[in-house]
Amino acid sequence: MKGISSKAAAAPYLIWMAVFIVVPLIMVAYFAFTDESGAFTLDNLANVAQYSNIFIRSIWLAAISTVICLVIAYPLSYMLSGMKAHTQSTMLMIVMLPMWMNFLLRTYAWMAILGNNGLLNTLLGFFGLGPYKLLNTQGAVVLGMVYNYIPFMILPIYSVMVKIDKSVIEAARDLGCNSVNVLFRVILPLSFPGVASGITMVFVPAISTFIISRMLGGGGNLLVGDLIEMQFLGNSYNPNLGAAISFVLMVILLLIMTIMNQFGEDDTENDRVLM
Amino acid sequence: MKKILGKIYIALVLMFLYIPIFVMIVFSFNTTKSRTVMSGFTFDWYIKLFNNELIMSSLRNTIIIAVIASVLATVLGTFAAVGISRMKKIPRMIITNITTIPMINPDIITGVSLMLLFVFFAARMNFEFGFVTLVIAHITFDVPYVIMNVLPKLNQMDPNLHEAALDLGCSPMMAFRKVVLPEIMPGVLSGFLMSVTFSLDDFVVSYFTSGATSQTLPITIYSMTRRKVSPEINALSTIIFIVVVIVLVVKNIITTRNLKLTSEGERND
Repeated sequence: MKGISSKAAAAPYLIWMAVFIVVPLIMVAYFAFTDESGAFTLDNLANVAQYSNIFIRSIWLAAISTVICLVIAYPLSYMLSGMKAHTQSTMLMIVMLPMWMNFLLRTYAWMAILGNNGLLNTLLGFFGLGPYKLLNTQGAVVLGMVYNYIPFMILPIYSVMVKIDKSVIEAARDLGCNSVNVLFRVILPLSFPGVASGITMVFVPAISTFIISRMLGGGGNLLVGDLIEMQFLGNSYNPNLGAAISFVLMVILLLIMTIMNQFGEDDTENDRVLM
Repeated sequence: MKKILGKIYIALVLMFLYIPIFVMIVFSFNTTKSRTVMSGFTFDWYIKLFNNELIMSSLRNTIIIAVIASVLATVLGTFAAVGISRMKKIPRMIITNITTIPMINPDIITGVSLMLLFVFFAARMNFEFGFVTLVIAHITFDVPYVIMNVLPKLNQMDPNLHEAALDLGCSPMMAFRKVVLPEIMPGVLSGFLMSVTFSLDDFVVSYFTSGATSQTLPITIYSMTRRKVSPEINALSTIIFIVVVIVLVVKNIITTRNLKLTSEGERND
């Protein structure tokens, strides 16, 4: 009796979950496989193929951003984890602080810096350089992705690094490892779960963004997110095609995450909770 | 040498992170609309900001929606966590996996899928997009964070405590209030705070689920960035930055004090 009454506590949520998580996703699939009249069709999915260049661009730019985030965040997390406990928490707060500002505002700030008459070009002008076209380029989109999502790389790697037992590193040194060997044979393998969840936490929002590409990439660098947004709220209203694009995006992400999960247990939940 | 290089590296990363924010703060006091040349100091943009009815009303909306959605999500999620923790392994695994979907899925897909659902019901039940759809959407992406914060606390708890309370004559509700709730309170609170943060900050899901009538602050910011240069945004960023700094510093002070208290407590044991 007790057992039944406690389990019933979850009942309202289970209904909520079914109606607002499961049913909407089923509707995405339903729209993806039907036409306007509701008849089954594969046309929408076939039409997605004509946007394959946008898919490739999104994957490519998101992948570059993820790699840059990793390259910047890894040494930083390592240094942070080696600091004194008190400095560590203060430094972590300073690193994370920009993330708490709305990302629209942060991206808007870069528009002002990168514009043709922007701060960076004015600065370069003093040295007789430029003006360069910085805004509305793929480089600007990558910059925006790195800037916005790098905290999602730092946090999981850092939280794995601090848990590494320092005596393991000492033991490796005592047994004759030099610094390079310690890094490649001890620290790197032990920090892999953090790296794996960092990669998914950066890649997923990067591949699906439509704000960064719109604000920093101009009209010429559409990403999958822009494509989806245009089908639902833009000029080319077509929820069936939009659902098909969303469906393909989910399948791609599912594949990538399955591959990433092969490398280390999925720490995503814990890291999110840490924030 | 190594240490100096490390410090330079950290300084460079911090510069990268803070330069855009610094630029916005400086130009929020600029007398002209220019974002490159400082021509003089003024508070005009702040005054304009506070007199901007659209920004102020969307700020109010954002706060109301965040509070209502977070409170409801916390209640719904806490009870859900209690129920889930009592389930057998397989249903528990299935439900926690479905629960993490909104956390893992790109925001745009959460937004679009809810939009499809709301469009379906709006056509049949004659309601409009707006406040209600926004609150429902926010609860939906908030609840997983509450559940994932509360579940670990429930798992740490001694299950006998709850049974003991029932054996000693507590009703299930009373046992929950007197025994379970105090134990899981830290998880409930951090779930609530995360919900508030995500709700205040959300743009993408709100963008797809709000109607023309109910705008949240991020949506208003978005439409401002689409128009020509509006220096009120700089003023708004500066204010938000200051609020964030204050909140984080206070939070940091409280946690370090708590840490000190617990470590002193341990020493006294």
